[in-house]
Amino acid sequence: MTAAAQRVRQPGETVVRVGPVSGRVRWRAVGVAAGAAVAAVLLAAVSMGRGDFPIGLADVLRTLAGLGDETQELVVWQLRAPRVVVGALVGVALGVAGALFQTFARNPLASPDVLGISQGASAGAVAAIVLGGPAGSGLVAGAGVPLAALVGALTTGLLLLLLAWRRGLDGYRLVLVGIALWAVASALVDWMLTRAAVQDAASAYVWITGSLNARTWSEAVPLLVALAVLLPAALACGRALGAVQFGDDTARGLGVRLVPIQASVVLVAVGLTAAAVAAAGPIAYVALVVPQVAVRLAGGPRPPLVASGLLGAVLVVGADLLTRTVLPQALPVGVLTAAVGAPYLLWLLVRGRRRSTL
Amino acid sequence: MSATTDAAVRRPGTAAPAAAGRGLLRRRRARLLLLLLLVLVAAAAALSVAVGSRGIGPGAVWQALTDPGARTEETVIIRELRVPRTAVGLMAGLSLGVAGALAQGHTRNPLGDPGLLGVTAGASLGVVLAIHLLGVGTPAGYVWFAFAGALVGTVLVFTLGSAGRGGASPVTLALAGAALSALFYALVRAVLVSDTDSLDAFRFWVVGSLAGRGPDVAWQVAPFVAAGLVLALLNAPALDLLGLGDDVARGLGQRVWPARLVGLGAVTLLCGAATAACGPIAFVGLVVPHVVRAFTGPAHRWLVPGSGLLGAALLLLADVVGRVVARPGELQVGIVLALLGAPFFIALIRRRRLAAT
Repeated sequence: MTAAAQRVRQPGETVVRVGPVSGRVRWRAVGVAAGAAVAAVLLAAVSMGRGDFPIGLADVLRTLAGLGDETQELVVWQLRAPRVVVGALVGVALGVAGALFQTFARNPLASPDVLGISQGASAGAVAAIVLGGPAGSGLVAGAGVPLAALVGALTTGLLLLLLAWRRGLDGYRLVLVGIALWAVASALVDWMLTRAAVQDAASAYVWITGSLNARTWSEAVPLLVALAVLLPAALACGRALGAVQFGDDTARGLGVRLVPIQASVVLVAVGLTAAAVAAAGPIAYVALVVPQVAVRLAGGPRPPLVASGLLGAVLVVGADLLTRTVLPQALPVGVLTAAVGAPYLLWLLVRGRRRSTL
Repeated sequence: MSATTDAAVRRPGTAAPAAAGRGLLRRRRARLLLLLLLVLVAAAAALSVAVGSRGIGPGAVWQALTDPGARTEETVIIRELRVPRTAVGLMAGLSLGVAGALAQGHTRNPLGDPGLLGVTAGASLGVVLAIHLLGVGTPAGYVWFAFAGALVGTVLVFTLGSAGRGGASPVTLALAGAALSALFYALVRAVLVSDTDSLDAFRFWVVGSLAGRGPDVAWQVAPFVAAGLVLALLNAPALDLLGLGDDVARGLGQRVWPARLVGLGAVTLLCGAATAACGPIAFVGLVVPHVVRAFTGPAHRWLVPGSGLLGAALLLLADVVGRVVARPGELQVGIVLALLGAPFFIALIRRRRLAAT
């Protein structure tokens, strides 16, 4: 904390000034983000080539450019691209949302998983699955479950904001209200699971693990629209967050108007999470693990937003690729994100220097 | 922060005169609180024995407890169902409250519930594997597997959390716990999404319940709870020093690493025993220390016993409510706790300015 505060400019940084706007560019963070972007695109292309009808990497790229034959066009564009796109966008949304929450609450454990938003989405979806009749039937299984999840996530998020709001937001109070909401929502989920028929419970369980199975453009397009609005808003919050990380008083002293920033950070993070879970279910631990991995790779005092988003995409797309290729049995992607992301974070912890800050 | 320094460094009798009045007042208040909590626990235990889905008069309850010769259907219900169940609830509540206070102290994180240190995830994995591979299907059968899982979980978290250069800092411990829990839950989910029968058994364990916990479960976990409580009380004074930061604590003569080992050992024993006995109950360990801290301040010699007592009272009362609201069936204690406790907790957060750990 003090080290970060004293540091004005370090080697590896360049001050850029364009007209009235100036900022620092940290080349290590840029490098991590660029590497993650390349990895995400490559994984996505490989992922679109894999399946019952294998297509080579070159052919996938040619098809994406509009030069493939008709079969390849159908398989890549209609069957595989939506799934990969949903995975990548969900990863971006969760990574950025996690980074926003962790920076705002100044707590590496604050993420939508811990603050109850993902659990709220799960409660909505499980209610729709369990109360909505036999699993996989009709309207409930189609539009109803994502809608219920969206409503659940947004309701929990708004409750979080309202209940934690008291002359402004305080990161600590936000976290405490969040765990209370988490407890209520997960109790509801557990209770509904004990009340459901076994088959409903099983399909609800797959949903709350987070899965990309059978995702189409009808999930990908709304998600894309939501991110087109929310991501610029998130990046706009990012600059102010740099001041917020030193504590509310310091931020005020630096001239940050706290209340609008706090409200918009939480709203944007809730919106990103809600959009992601409605599309793919609460894919576990992406929002928790990815920002911590990002901050350890990129250095710096807090999780970088862009790198967190791109690494989130790498994790989800990569985990989805693993579920479809390496594993003998198709598991939901939520199992793999945790199984891949967690050991990597552990390795970074064991290898890394001791950090006393976030 | 100044309050922590007061409570930790000052010994009774050596106080600076200006601070003496305040310190005395706080100590008196904390003592009064512990006494009140003790009464509350006794009342909750009495209610838990007397109230159930089957109405039994106070006379019959008294007879069952005092007259070993009497053998009616009612005395059997009291002795073989309600008393063991109350004992398990009491031990689990005590354990979870104390473990929560210790875990939050050691990770210096308000989210530091015992589950964070890998206990709950490890226990869940143990139970899932017992169900899936060995076909175990009763609460008494789960106990050892849950306990073994909890032990493996915490040992791994502590080893990995302290393996980096600089040893176990609160942040690395918390992150190692979160990451390892993620890994364990991934395995749990991998089993459950592919095996519906295991899910069918597991979903009734994971809600957290005292139903069907007989004398066998109570005796299985009792030694671990006792050992854990002793370790926890020994560890409490050291936590006040550790709360000042590892370097300051070291400067004041506290040996950091042994204190952390004892504390995490206590957390493992307590939370492992509680989880083994009644399944994961997240709410008590997370919330109770925050509530108690609002009254006692951050001094752990009050916070740790206070959290234990409030945890026991809460768990028992929630269990009684769960038995009454859904007669003739019952609502699991984990669910009642969350649904009733969370609004209360939120109200408390909003009314008082809770101090960070």
